[in-house]
Amino acid sequence: MINNTPSKEHLDYISRVKRRNTLITLTRILILIIFIAQWEITARLKIVDPFLVSQPSRIVNTFFKLMQEGHLLRHTYVTCIETIIGFISGTIIGTLIAIILWLSDFINKVLEPYLVVLNALPKIALGPILIFWVGNGQPAIIIIALTISLIVTIISVLTGFNDVDEDMIKLVKTFGANKYQVLRYVVLPHSLPTIISTLKINVGLSWVGVIVGEFLVAKEGLGFLIVFGGQVAQLDMVMLSIIILSIIAYIMYAIVSKIESIYIK
Amino acid sequence: MGKLTLNNVSMTYHTLHNETKTLEDINIKVDDGEFVVLVGPSGCGKSTLLSIIAGLITPTSGEIYLDDKILSYPCNKIGYMFQKDTLFEWRSIYKNITLGLEIRKEMTKENIEFANTLIEKYGLSSFKNYYPSQLSGGMRQRVALIRTLVLNPEILLLDEPFSALDYHTRLLVSDEIYKIIKAEGKTALMVTHDIAEAISLADRIIVLSSRPAKIKKEFNIKLSIEDRTPLTSRNAPEFKDYFNLIWKELDKYDK
Ligand SMILES: Nc1ncnc2c1ncn2[C@@H]1O[C@H](COP(=O)(O)OP(=O)(O)OP(=O)(O)O)[C@@H](O)[C@H]1O
Ligand SMILES: [Mg+2]
Repeated sequence: MINNTPSKEHLDYISRVKRRNTLITLTRILILIIFIAQWEITARLKIVDPFLVSQPSRIVNTFFKLMQEGHLLRHTYVTCIETIIGFISGTIIGTLIAIILWLSDFINKVLEPYLVVLNALPKIALGPILIFWVGNGQPAIIIIALTISLIVTIISVLTGFNDVDEDMIKLVKTFGANKYQVLRYVVLPHSLPTIISTLKINVGLSWVGVIVGEFLVAKEGLGFLIVFGGQVAQLDMVMLSIIILSIIAYIMYAIVSKIESIYIK
Repeated sequence: MGKLTLNNVSMTYHTLHNETKTLEDINIKVDDGEFVVLVGPSGCGKSTLLSIIAGLITPTSGEIYLDDKILSYPCNKIGYMFQKDTLFEWRSIYKNITLGLEIRKEMTKENIEFANTLIEKYGLSSFKNYYPSQLSGGMRQRVALIRTLVLNPEILLLDEPFSALDYHTRLLVSDEIYKIIKAEGKTALMVTHDIAEAISLADRIIVLSSRPAKIKKEFNIKLSIEDRTPLTSRNAPEFKDYFNLIWKELDKYDK
């Protein structure tokens, strides 16, 4: 496909695309720098009140202070673990329930309206009840995160299952496949891309669940730091937690996207 | 007696709104090694008939015999080929071809050897590790046929197997697939919309009426041509006569 000696136009084309991409990256970085700089400057000149909006240098100081006290890593770790358990268990349990519903059309039909209602319900509202049931601790946080992603997972994975070409199922049936073999050889491999993209969505949902859970019950975690920082009027701590949160959420999302691109070519 | 015998097969589909009588007293006998082609108006029940023979759906009444014994399902003597090649995109060509063996838990040494023989014989060796999306439409259909043949069926059911291909490819692939089926000595029952294709392949053509499908007419196709293949058949002097006869028969739908 590719010529051994690319033509002049092609080289021009490549360098034009590359230049454009460099420009985009530079602009992005510039925006970030300008944003941080104006924040610092306006706060120093007391144009905005650093007590209310914090200040980049104070955030950095808080970062080192908390790091020295040794709690920051612990808080970050706790939140990450809760989130990871949340979205992985949400995806796995959701997929398992979808499999059951796929295997039994009767159960599927019976549960359909309940799923619709549960899907419409803002799961966060269940938070207090869940805490009441499983206690004031980490299990409650994880269950809140799981509840948020569970129903969406069931619904989208099941849609993926039902999306399989009827002829493929017919084909393996003429080979003598039973229902479990249809599942294993056709439905599951066909739906793998759907399951992985559900995983990706669940990462985001799980963060929401965990942070809300931590707001409600936690004694540790970034969500706890945010609430605590707000209560003791330490906006620096709140901002720092939010920044760490966005960076880690982005990294996690990027990892799952990477996994997705490996499986879905 | 024939290889495959359908005895008064009828089929009615039920839905809450209505019932659709699709097949009515179908009697067909296919001899060993014979290539029979079914033609009939759209929606008359041709696919339904093949699905019944393959055991995918149970007829409302009637019996099906294979070698004069009532067919019981699952039956591993019948292979089915669809309009779309339904290759599994996530499996390599080789794994697509051995799919049936895997599902039947028959990945024995002999069977794998047989699969490899077919792969070699029909020119797929160098594509074994390719994925379906890397193959042309005609090639994919050939893989689909080999996938069926690996299970060594005695009867092949083909439901418009070439209709997804463009005209040129279609002529070549039908020629190719016909030769493979004949070389492997299989009995075939095929559905098509294309009269010329039917004549070029068939030993016998069965014309079905519109729904509910009944057998309207049968034509034994005898072409005065040596070394008959689907491509050479088209040059036979009788070709256009058969074409006109069948055309007229299909044209009389609603009368
Ligand atoms: N599962 C089903 N339930 C109800 N009706 C059905 C079902 N499958 C097919 N039918 C009806 O039975 C009739 C025959 O369908 P079939 O697919 O066998 O026709 P066909 O001859 O293969 O058509 P085509 O030429 O379009 O391939 C159609 O009218 C169709 O609507
Ligand atoms: Mg059909």
